[in-house]
Amino acid sequence: MRYSGFKVLKEALTGHKGWTPAWRDPAPKPHYDIVVIGGGGHGLATAYYLAKVFSKSSVAVLEKGWIGGGNVGRNTTIIRSNYLLDGNEPFYEFSMKLWEGLEQDFNFNAMVSQRGVLNLCHTDAQRDAFRRRANAMRLNGVDSELLDTEGVRKMAPFLNFESARFPIKGGLLQPRGGTVRHDAVAWGYARGADLRGVDIIQNCEVTGFRIENGTCKGVETTRGFIGAGKVGVAVAGSSGRVMAKAGMRLPIESHVLQAFVSEGLKPILPGVITYGAGHFYVSQSDKGGLVFGGDIDGYNSYAQRGNLPVVEDVCEGGMSLMPMIGRARLLRMWGGIMDMSMDGSPIIDKTDIDGLYFNGGWCYGGFKATPASGWAFAHLLATGTPHETATAYRFDRFRKGLMIDEKGMGAQPNLH
Amino acid sequence: MIIPHPLLGPRDSQEFTYLGDAHLIERPDWQAADAQDQFHDYLYLRDNPAGVHRELWFHEQGDRSWLVVTRNTVTHEILSAELARDVARAKGRSK
Ligand SMILES: Cc1cc2nc3c(=O)[nH]c(=O)nc-3n(C[C@H](O)[C@H](O)[C@H](O)COP(=O)(O)OP(=O)(O)OC[C@H]3O[C@@H](n4cnc5c(N)ncnc54)[C@H](O)[C@@H]3O)c2cc1C
Repeated sequence: MRYSGFKVLKEALTGHKGWTPAWRDPAPKPHYDIVVIGGGGHGLATAYYLAKVFSKSSVAVLEKGWIGGGNVGRNTTIIRSNYLLDGNEPFYEFSMKLWEGLEQDFNFNAMVSQRGVLNLCHTDAQRDAFRRRANAMRLNGVDSELLDTEGVRKMAPFLNFESARFPIKGGLLQPRGGTVRHDAVAWGYARGADLRGVDIIQNCEVTGFRIENGTCKGVETTRGFIGAGKVGVAVAGSSGRVMAKAGMRLPIESHVLQAFVSEGLKPILPGVITYGAGHFYVSQSDKGGLVFGGDIDGYNSYAQRGNLPVVEDVCEGGMSLMPMIGRARLLRMWGGIMDMSMDGSPIIDKTDIDGLYFNGGWCYGGFKATPASGWAFAHLLATGTPHETATAYRFDRFRKGLMIDEKGMGAQPNLH
Repeated sequence: MIIPHPLLGPRDSQEFTYLGDAHLIERPDWQAADAQDQFHDYLYLRDNPAGVHRELWFHEQGDRSWLVVTRNTVTHEILSAELARDVARAKGRSK
């Protein structure tokens, strides 16, 4: 079934009796050419592009819970391609271009909204760093603008410009950045993949790998053994747990990140705003809630909930940046488990086990990467070679000293 | 989270900063033939378990001691805290 404005109108007039489930609920087959583990954004996008771009028909996505129950349904929905380093920027720009055509491509309203991402700076040194980043972006063909204080004031007059300690000196604006309805991304990819014959199997947890003579032959699951020509793992925060079943240790720690939503308010925020003097970022959802977040909690965690010190820190950041936020009531908060890598950048690579491929290490920024990550992982699974924008995302970059460390923090995941 | 400091009693985890897996105490021998491989694994690879985890916390806002805290990463329950110095000495380190 194709979705369209006409279809919505027709169903409205005929009692909404014509809608059918957006994807099937198939039982697992004994064997697939390619099995993707993890029904988050990345796993579903991988399956979608495997079917659509690489014409693979025998593909399954195995999800231990329900699709979209992981980070893809828990993030603060910010998309941007404002990275500094060459290993990253072309990849995130590829992702941004895919976002721009995504809804037409998979025929689902994902509410891609390019309302702009504005990073504020508060010192001269920070402004210099932004100028460097803005130029690096432009060298990679990406839009970027530097704003002075007045430019920021025009966009967001409600910010705390008079702060004696952290005056707003300007900002780095990426007008093409913005937000996307995160659940719809999972659903759109799932539906698009399902329509092209991919089996999306929920409530199916992978409990082990069957590895014979260094080759992965399939996976053990709570719904029995499923054979596979190739297995791609895209389980985000569970990366360490799952790859341990294949005997691998990863350059990744799992950490919890919290997010917050206020009650619905009248439109006030023009786009995404990030604070440069504390860790705080905020946007406004189409329902009117302020969606915001800050630092990860900072210790290893698989708990999907955080602690109060970080809640206090995030709210302090908000109060310091835009004091009016103090009048808003907090509606909900939650946590998700981040696959924090040792240099803050992801991995899309083969493993030493034949037929076993890995996608992870997305830290707290993997939502924006969803389309490109899916495409690049599908490329690797289908052709055996990395996608041209993802050649730096290798396991051995740590051994070779080729880290992609945007913040220059070193091998300390809780600082990225 | 409340960390039961072996010398100071129960302290709020906010007083501490977090480094990571307690294996970081066990720095490899730089003269070993395979030192390069050992250092790669030491510096970059982690067990990252879901469950009991031994990890290094630094009492930055307190007595500035390093602790090895044993904590459950699924429930955040803290099971014990020892002085990192004692843990290292028990492994045969001189300091
Ligand atoms: C609070 C928060 C805010 C964030 N904000 C942003 C943001 O503003 N912008 C941005 O770009 N990124 C953001 N992120 C990061 C982003 O959400 C993640 O990097 C990204 O969603 C991870 O990829 P995924 O969608 O595939 O993960 P997930 O949705 O977590 O998918 C992984 C799936 O694997 C499944 N799984 C795990 N183990 C198994 C198993 N053994 N067998 C089968 N299935 C298994 C899980 O159930 C899960 O559904 C945020 C994350 C959080 C938590």
